[in-house]
Amino acid sequence: MTRPKVLTGTHFMHGDFAVAEGGLAAGCKFFAGYPITPATEVAERMAGRLPEIGGVYIQMEDELGSMAAILGASCAGVKSMTSTSGPGFSLMQENIGLGAVLEVPCVVVDVQRGGPSTGLPTSVSQQDMMQAKWGSHGDYPIVAYSPASPQECFDIAIKAFNTAEKYRTPVLVMSDEVVGHMTERVTIPEESAIKIVERKLYDGDPDKYLPYRADEDLIPPMALAGDGCKVHMTGLIHDEGGRPLLNAETEAKLVGRLLDKVVKHAEAIMEYEKIGTEDADVIVVAYGITGRIANRAVELARKEGIKAGLVRLITVWPFPVDYIRKLSENVKTILVPEINFGQIVLEVERVVGGRATVEQVTYIPGTLPDPYSMLKRIREAVK
Amino acid sequence: MRTEVKLSGFGGQGIILGGYIVGKAAAIYSDMHAAMIQSYGPEARGGACSSEVVIEDRMISYPSVEKPDIFVLMSQEAYELSKPLIKEETKVLVDEDLVELDEGQVGHISAIPSLKFAEDLGRKIVANIVMLGFFTSVTELFTKDAMKEAVLSTVPEHTRELNEKAFEKGYDHGLQLKKGRNAE
Repeated sequence: MTRPKVLTGTHFMHGDFAVAEGGLAAGCKFFAGYPITPATEVAERMAGRLPEIGGVYIQMEDELGSMAAILGASCAGVKSMTSTSGPGFSLMQENIGLGAVLEVPCVVVDVQRGGPSTGLPTSVSQQDMMQAKWGSHGDYPIVAYSPASPQECFDIAIKAFNTAEKYRTPVLVMSDEVVGHMTERVTIPEESAIKIVERKLYDGDPDKYLPYRADEDLIPPMALAGDGCKVHMTGLIHDEGGRPLLNAETEAKLVGRLLDKVVKHAEAIMEYEKIGTEDADVIVVAYGITGRIANRAVELARKEGIKAGLVRLITVWPFPVDYIRKLSENVKTILVPEINFGQIVLEVERVVGGRATVEQVTYIPGTLPDPYSMLKRIREAVK
Repeated sequence: MRTEVKLSGFGGQGIILGGYIVGKAAAIYSDMHAAMIQSYGPEARGGACSSEVVIEDRMISYPSVEKPDIFVLMSQEAYELSKPLIKEETKVLVDEDLVELDEGQVGHISAIPSLKFAEDLGRKIVANIVMLGFFTSVTELFTKDAMKEAVLSTVPEHTRELNEKAFEKGYDHGLQLKKGRNAE
């Protein structure tokens, strides 16, 4: 049975399948990966689906190769994606950095499981959130989304591709074992109703092409491999022509621009959901599966008359610095529940800078946070 | 309204598929929300295996089953592991040949020889579908049509007839059981 690219309709769908379907709907035609629990089903789905729509699936020898392969395919103009979990995400880091500096649009899905190392293969965690931001060496731009449901896995995969294409940068989808292995209703719209962004291509004189000369929006138009332009790509610090120029001045110009691509467009990229934040005394800042459960905790607190609110981060990176800082001026306490030993709470603390009390709410990897323990912390915060 | 459903057995029995079909009956063929999560050990076949489905009339914030309202048990190991979860009010559906319950086991217990029925139909692989038919008439969680649609839209095309028979077999057994209870 050959199915179309976009499976318009209502499905009872696995989260990992949904992220794959979102990728396909966004135009992904190439997937290179290595199976790993709990991300295997993303690869499994792609292995079945890509041949149906004229795409290519390759099972690679490892995650270094997977990441390298999707960069190569994207340079040839094919929207590309891979998926993994903690151990594989670590192996991908070097080439994620390469993707950032070569400015190659691509999407990496990390279905997080308990770590460190091989850790807890079949259990949930949110322990790769700082690795998402800082995992590769050097300074580089990153965008990371965090889905809270299979529906959001689908929607976010499309957004991730659009963001990757628009800003010419690798984009991460930081899923987790519970969202990835959860099956829920997923509604897939008509293909014509899905907004797709394509990368900016160079259409000038091939002889005058400078692969890293950016336009005013800081994004250089891309020439695809084989299209006739001379393209030189290197991980070394390079000039607008793509040639190595190894000095501080070039580093400042290139890396400054790379970072600014995300910093200056942060408002357009960032997404978060606000619930009851207007009059709140206590705010929960959460993301992914934890954000979803916090929703119930905040609702239960409101029923008890506690002015509680929720900021559910849909993009965790870039972090909504200005918004959280402003919010912190009017609240007493900010709670940060995470399934790790304290990661995004550090960013919240940094941003809040003492304007409100920031409390870490630790859920040990391997356990799914329950709304009642979160409610207890909300109650304690307003005492 | 929240109903927590748990199905437990061993890998290869179609426990995950069973949970998927229950969730689909709720989320696609009834006007409810359903979230299924699955858990498994490192071994996929033969090891303990369970699927959990939360069904609500609203968006589900917490997708995990803490205290199942309906518990389907398809292996002795599953029963031994999950005894503490069975309360007075729990509806327990067991395969009577695969699970030997303790004397005086609490809960609303309904038993069916689902594996035997499946073997009678020629394929023991459909024991889970027999159980789902039984589930439908015993729990009345959703309509027969909803569950049947969920089964038939999930199984491979060439097995539809067999699965439909398996479903009806389990459904009728549940009806008879209820009739007997009402007569008591």
